[in-house]
Amino acid sequence: MARSTQPSFGTGKLMRAALYAVLILFAVYYLLPLFVMLVNSVKTLDEIRGGNMMSLPEVFTIEPWLNAWSRAQIGVEPTGLSPYFINSIMMVVPAVAISTALGAMNGYVLTKWRFPGDKIIFGLMLFACFIPFQIVLIPMARVLGMIGIAGTTSGLVLVHVVYGLGFTTLFFRNYYAAFPDELIKAAKMDGAGFWRTFTRILLPSSGPIIVVTVIWQFTNIWNDFLFGASFADFDSMPMTVALNNLVSSSTGVKEYNVHFAGAVLAALPTLIVYVVSGRYFVRGLMAGAVKG
Amino acid sequence: MSFLQIDKVCKSFGPINVLRDISLDVEEGGFLVLVGPSGCGKSTLLNTIAGLEKLTTGEIRIDGNVIDDLPPAERNIAMVFQSYALYPNMNVGQNIAFGLEMRGMPKAERDAKVAEAAKTLQIEHLLDRKPGQLSGGQRQRVAMGRALVRNPQLFLFDEPLSNLDAKLRVDMRTEIKRMHQTFGTTIVYVTHDQIEAMTLGTRIAVLKDGVVQQYGTPAEIYNDPTNLFVADFMGSPAMNLIPATVRGNGVEMARAGEDPLVLGFDQLPGDVVAYDGQEVIVGIRPEAITDADSRAAMRAGQQVTASCKIDVVEPAGADIYAITALGGKEVVTRLHQDWFGQANQHTELVFNLEKVVFFDPQSGVRLR
Repeated sequence: MARSTQPSFGTGKLMRAALYAVLILFAVYYLLPLFVMLVNSVKTLDEIRGGNMMSLPEVFTIEPWLNAWSRAQIGVEPTGLSPYFINSIMMVVPAVAISTALGAMNGYVLTKWRFPGDKIIFGLMLFACFIPFQIVLIPMARVLGMIGIAGTTSGLVLVHVVYGLGFTTLFFRNYYAAFPDELIKAAKMDGAGFWRTFTRILLPSSGPIIVVTVIWQFTNIWNDFLFGASFADFDSMPMTVALNNLVSSSTGVKEYNVHFAGAVLAALPTLIVYVVSGRYFVRGLMAGAVKG
Repeated sequence: MSFLQIDKVCKSFGPINVLRDISLDVEEGGFLVLVGPSGCGKSTLLNTIAGLEKLTTGEIRIDGNVIDDLPPAERNIAMVFQSYALYPNMNVGQNIAFGLEMRGMPKAERDAKVAEAAKTLQIEHLLDRKPGQLSGGQRQRVAMGRALVRNPQLFLFDEPLSNLDAKLRVDMRTEIKRMHQTFGTTIVYVTHDQIEAMTLGTRIAVLKDGVVQQYGTPAEIYNDPTNLFVADFMGSPAMNLIPATVRGNGVEMARAGEDPLVLGFDQLPGDVVAYDGQEVIVGIRPEAITDADSRAAMRAGQQVTASCKIDVVEPAGADIYAITALGGKEVVTRLHQDWFGQANQHTELVFNLEKVVFFDPQSGVRLR
């Protein structure tokens, strides 16, 4: 058995070495930008101007990070990125929570409480996943204006919930489609109604798909720039827009080290989400792929 | 009055009629088995009794009360599903208690009930496990425990043994029968396995295409089938159904390369006499064709002995199945285990004419 999979010891070793070489090459290729960002965010501006982007810092300083976080000039006041970071959190947490909860509900109804026309409704929701952001900008602006939440964090939450609903519904529908109908029947016989079947039977078994949905939504909403730039005003501006303003401000000296530090700060939450729950993400996707 | 009354029940999904005018009565403590091939509507009928499907027309009564408009939870019916449908996120104890919890029973009372049911089914040591950690037989017991604990007036079983391996299936079959004898609760049981139907039921309803073909005791269904479908479906090996021609008071069955075999009756049933000179289907169970040694085991009755050529011999341990050909069909005979004959030789076969039944070849209806 072992022989047939590894024909000869020599070539096996060679193959392995080649494999690792390729893998290391790709890893370096992907990690290099991160390296550049991190290294340059702890250099002084003079050192960046005078030297090699790839070199390690001669003088280590966390000044750029402090600058980016609390002192950089972004709007009128030199506030740094921190208020916008808070704005993003205030937007992303409710938007992810609401869109995930609604997606779970939709998935539950579309698979376990079928009604005439459910397939059409699901088809329309699926279609929503393919609508480009740009198309909805103007109508969405009208709607936000009409209900009086234009330029607020609540407005952004609404936009992201509506836009995310197609995806979250798709995720949960496919997951619940593989969930045995007999369990729902058993719950009915046991006397559990619509809500208790959902909260006691389905939700506790939905761990993997909840993780997938949360990661997906969190990343998308946190990284969104277009909606943030279009619908937020100065007090509700998310991190991405603030970062853009910081980097592309046309006055004064370009503080590259501060820009690098700001960019890493902006990427940090999604990075943490991936590192913490990445393995569930893969597992969840696999489960959906095999069973759905 | 009967305990469970299914009265002229019809069910259709759009233009497709799944159940057509089904009427069945079961006495209290009875064990009704719904049996038939897949797609015959037996599971749909069970679901309408459970309340998981609405019936289109007709009425279902339990103990005289119409239950058609009650939601499943208020019918006081418990159901055991094919996949057992144990909640994967709860342990065994929670699974069993869930129905009681939904009915608002206090925790202490619930725990006592669960302990009692667990003791009856000998699953006390499993209460803290998750369903994923249980074997098939254990899951089956837990599913029964979940049904038992509510003390329902009616049990429904939806093919509960079809996911088990052959040996366990026989064990659990006995278990279910024992449970029925202990608790005396009325049971409606769906299966496609005719042996399960025969062994478990006090009453059997054979369904095909949403129509009850025959409703009766296991003995009636087995010995006295009303049509070709029931005769063919019930029994393993199946009843031999042999094309034959009526000649006076005998039936003549063609044999390849030999004279036809004639079974001479003292008196053919009245319907069959009218078919003189025409074809009928003769139904004989394998155990009604046997060797001379087993003749003594047959109940006294009219017998005919004939020499037949054996094509294939299949020893089955307790018996030997020998296959011969009559009327262009393979005919299975059930011989004594000490029979010493061989394939491609002639042997004396004894036909028990008491057990022979006749059918019309076109309509498949029984001729009496």
